Amino acid sequence: MTVSEQAIGQPTERPGGLRRAWEGARVLWSSKTAMIGLLIVGFWVFAAIFAPLLTPYTPTEQDYTAQNQGPSAEHLLGTDSLGRDIWTRLIYGAQVVLVMLPITETFWLPGGVALWGVIIGLLAGATLGLIGGYLGGWIDEVVMRILDAMMAFPVILLYMIIIAAIGASATNVVLAIAIVGIPGIARLVRSLALDIRTRDYIRAAELRGESVWYIMFVEILPNARGPIIIDAMLRVGYAIFAMGTLGFLGLGLPPPSPDWGSMVAKGRQFILSGSPWAALWPSVAIASLVIGLNLFADGLREESLRYQ
Amino acid sequence: MTADIRQHSPILKLEDVAISYETRYGDVEAVRQVSFDVHRATTFGVVGESGCGKSTVAFGIVDFLGANGKIVDGSIKFQGRELVGRSQAELRKLRGDQIAMVYQDPMQALNPSVTIGDQLAEVLTTHRGLAKNEARQKSIDMLSRVYMPDAANVMKRYPHQISGGQQQRVVIAMALLNNPALLIMDEPTTALDVTVEAVVLDLIEDLKRDFDTAIVYITHDLGVVARVCNYVGVMYAGEMVETGSVEAIYDDPQHPYTQGLMRCVPKLGTTKESSRLYPIRGRVPAPKDRPKGACIFAPRCDYATDKCHTEHPLLREIQNGHRARCFYSEVIDPEAWEPPEGLVPEIAPAPETEEALIRVSDLRTYYEQESRSVLSLVGLGKKQYVKAVDEVSFSIPRGKTLGVVGESGCGKSTLAKTIVGLEAPTGGEAQFLGFDVTVPLSNRDLKLIQELQMVFQNPDSTMNPSYTVGHQITRPLERFRTVPKASAYDEVIRLLNAVRLDGSYYHRLPRQLSGGEKQRVGIARAFASRPELVLCDEPVSALDVSVQAAVLNLLMEIQREYGTTMMFIAHDLSVVRFFSDYVAVMYLGHVVEIGPAEDIYAPPYMPYTEALLSAVPIPDPTAEQKHIRLEGTVPSALNPPSGCVFHTRCPRRAEMLPDGGRICEVEKPPWQHNTEEHRIYCHIPLEELRKLDPVVTEV
Repeated sequence: MTVSEQAIGQPTERPGGLRRAWEGARVLWSSKTAMIGLLIVGFWVFAAIFAPLLTPYTPTEQDYTAQNQGPSAEHLLGTDSLGRDIWTRLIYGAQVVLVMLPITETFWLPGGVALWGVIIGLLAGATLGLIGGYLGGWIDEVVMRILDAMMAFPVILLYMIIIAAIGASATNVVLAIAIVGIPGIARLVRSLALDIRTRDYIRAAELRGESVWYIMFVEILPNARGPIIIDAMLRVGYAIFAMGTLGFLGLGLPPPSPDWGSMVAKGRQFILSGSPWAALWPSVAIASLVIGLNLFADGLREESLRYQ
Repeated sequence: MTADIRQHSPILKLEDVAISYETRYGDVEAVRQVSFDVHRATTFGVVGESGCGKSTVAFGIVDFLGANGKIVDGSIKFQGRELVGRSQAELRKLRGDQIAMVYQDPMQALNPSVTIGDQLAEVLTTHRGLAKNEARQKSIDMLSRVYMPDAANVMKRYPHQISGGQQQRVVIAMALLNNPALLIMDEPTTALDVTVEAVVLDLIEDLKRDFDTAIVYITHDLGVVARVCNYVGVMYAGEMVETGSVEAIYDDPQHPYTQGLMRCVPKLGTTKESSRLYPIRGRVPAPKDRPKGACIFAPRCDYATDKCHTEHPLLREIQNGHRARCFYSEVIDPEAWEPPEGLVPEIAPAPETEEALIRVSDLRTYYEQESRSVLSLVGLGKKQYVKAVDEVSFSIPRGKTLGVVGESGCGKSTLAKTIVGLEAPTGGEAQFLGFDVTVPLSNRDLKLIQELQMVFQNPDSTMNPSYTVGHQITRPLERFRTVPKASAYDEVIRLLNAVRLDGSYYHRLPRQLSGGEKQRVGIARAFASRPELVLCDEPVSALDVSVQAAVLNLLMEIQREYGTTMMFIAHDLSVVRFFSDYVAVMYLGHVVEIGPAEDIYAPPYMPYTEALLSAVPIPDPTAEQKHIRLEGTVPSALNPPSGCVFHTRCPRRAEMLPDGGRICEVEKPPWQHNTEEHRIYCHIPLEELRKLDPVVTEV
């Protein structure tokens, strides 16, 4: 509605950031699916950022008097076999997944392992996809065949090969997630670029003598952003899943850091002896976060399609 | 006696029909108060610009409005029976048996995975319960009746194996198989080339007579209406504003909108210097912005009074069945109309120069095609070439316009792309301002790139949807440093004003613009680098007539202001005539005739030019036009005919050359000079060609 009013009405100012954010919020609000997804994801982000304020314990603090306990007033979700508070370990674990990437003992970057993995994969994958899609020819052929070869490996196997080769640490998990994500992202971006490069505005850019990089990143990429953003959100979900899997296999963050996957692996032994809590809660955490991201991405996609 | 009454009662009668669509923002009335009758063996044309509700009316008749559309008022009577309010099941039966539809794109009406024979026969076996053999035979007969060559063979083919014109003939044959009482055609020839269109229009004319069918014909093309329709209804913004016989409407239009439309259309007979196109100011309002309780055309009308803004006029009879929705039809004299100040710029004639800005000789652009043999897998196969542009020579004097015409696939776009460097030529020479323009874009000097710009065809893809109008015009200014950085903003505003857009467009995104506005921004962007030569690739073919007129005027005005030379590519011969100083006619990669515009549109003609001209629908039912139709389809450019490329379809060589024109098949024709500038690529001697009558004679 606003569109045609502007087109007919008086001079318009450049739409401000605030206004665009408001438009985005309105799109979100009209999709129930996306709102539920956002709530779940928002809960985890909030818990991760404010982790030290939400618990009196630290993630490695052991209480030998309270091992393998169920939920209680003292320990919200119970304790594990070493008497560590599960709630505390979950929210500190969420930090690594979502809000901080430890590089060394003392230095960390904002944004978690899953986010960095997807961002790096996105940068590399999008570049390769743009090169293949826009330039075409033998370069495209070479790039795509290499990526096809990578896709031929089962994903889990690929993760294990990479981590086994470069060792288990937060940065290496980021690298593994990025490398495994590259072929899929490149394929998506390539198919979008193949379509966009046929448009006349690309001809117009070529007729200005623009460089190949300018055309790829300034003319093509912004018009492919919709599908890429949605795909990236789904990928963050997969990355969390992958982190869980690696942790479970002992290839995640080294102990005693709170890693959801290794928490499940540790707690697994005590399920049958009557203390399922240590395995259950981190599983629920992984599942809820992945589902939340999927709901959010799906809702956003549906709503943006409807708006076209 | 009852039979007699039935003879005279209309097949289809619409009375005060209103159709609404449900949307996010509530119900939107797409069409209101539409009334007309269609009688047997007559064609009723519904004409109007896009967004006027033409197709909605057509779909409304058979209630194909989709989940969110419904007829909210009025009555639709088919053979005396009311259609509004019937169930879909009843309508479905009716649609199969007695009402048939033909759409714009034949490829979407035909199932690509079923043979044409099976698709045709299915109609008869399902609706009439005929046996398979009988249905087949009847289908073949019907294909022959729509002049399908080799009908029995076509039955075995799949839709993609025949040409677009033939596909449309199959769709028409399918529609006629059940001998429908009513045929609804929605822009059936819009996607076809002129020569093919002409054949299909002839066919429609014949069928109406033979089958006694009533036809509702929907189109935006005033020329097509003049050729096939008996009665016309002009639609504007969802209302029928004028109805009457085709002669009455073209001869004596009563509604100011119809009068305006007539002034927008370039006519074949007029020349560049004398003719003017007068666009209608403003634009068609969106359904929700239509004035309520007032004349919908009032905001754009030159005659509007206070009454027009406060009262809604009804469609009323002016004389003998000619009706118009205007309070002042009797008072308005279209002959005395004067364009309002500033509507049409004064356009000075192009300066006379002899200096050629660009000189192209023997230019060739071939595409390599992999042959499908096993040998080619190992690199031993014979290379094949699609000769998209072949042996093309021309020059354009500074400040003049060369129009390039031809049917789709004749190589006119490839020619333009080769000159600007988007395609690499295979051979030949091209000189421009002392530069060699056969080098690919990546090796060109920035100075050369700056001097050669292009205006594109499709308004929806000409602008990058991610950036504002201002940004997209600023970019070439930065690239070529046309103006100092500090004054870039002022320059953009100046360019926007030059294309008649005000400064408020600077911050708009492409999705906030209409098609015509996007095209204007595209023009501003092309002129931003102040190029010497601008190539326009069908810049107006996707626009409505009234918008087209405005954009054409604007292009001419800017061309004069900047002294730019232009190459103007179009398939519409009337537009090219209006716009160009020189015209080149292309066929299958070759230029077959070239010269000053007046010479091209008068004898002597190259036979292909003659056929093209006689195929153009002229928006004047009284104009006399020669009847020349080309047989067959354009041959493949992969394997062009030997000798003269046009010999396979040439209607003249057999009668005008000795030996039935055998020479055309074996020998390349010479360039014959009619005047110094006018050349014809043909074996037929000029003296013979000069004897031919002009194609169009206006009464």
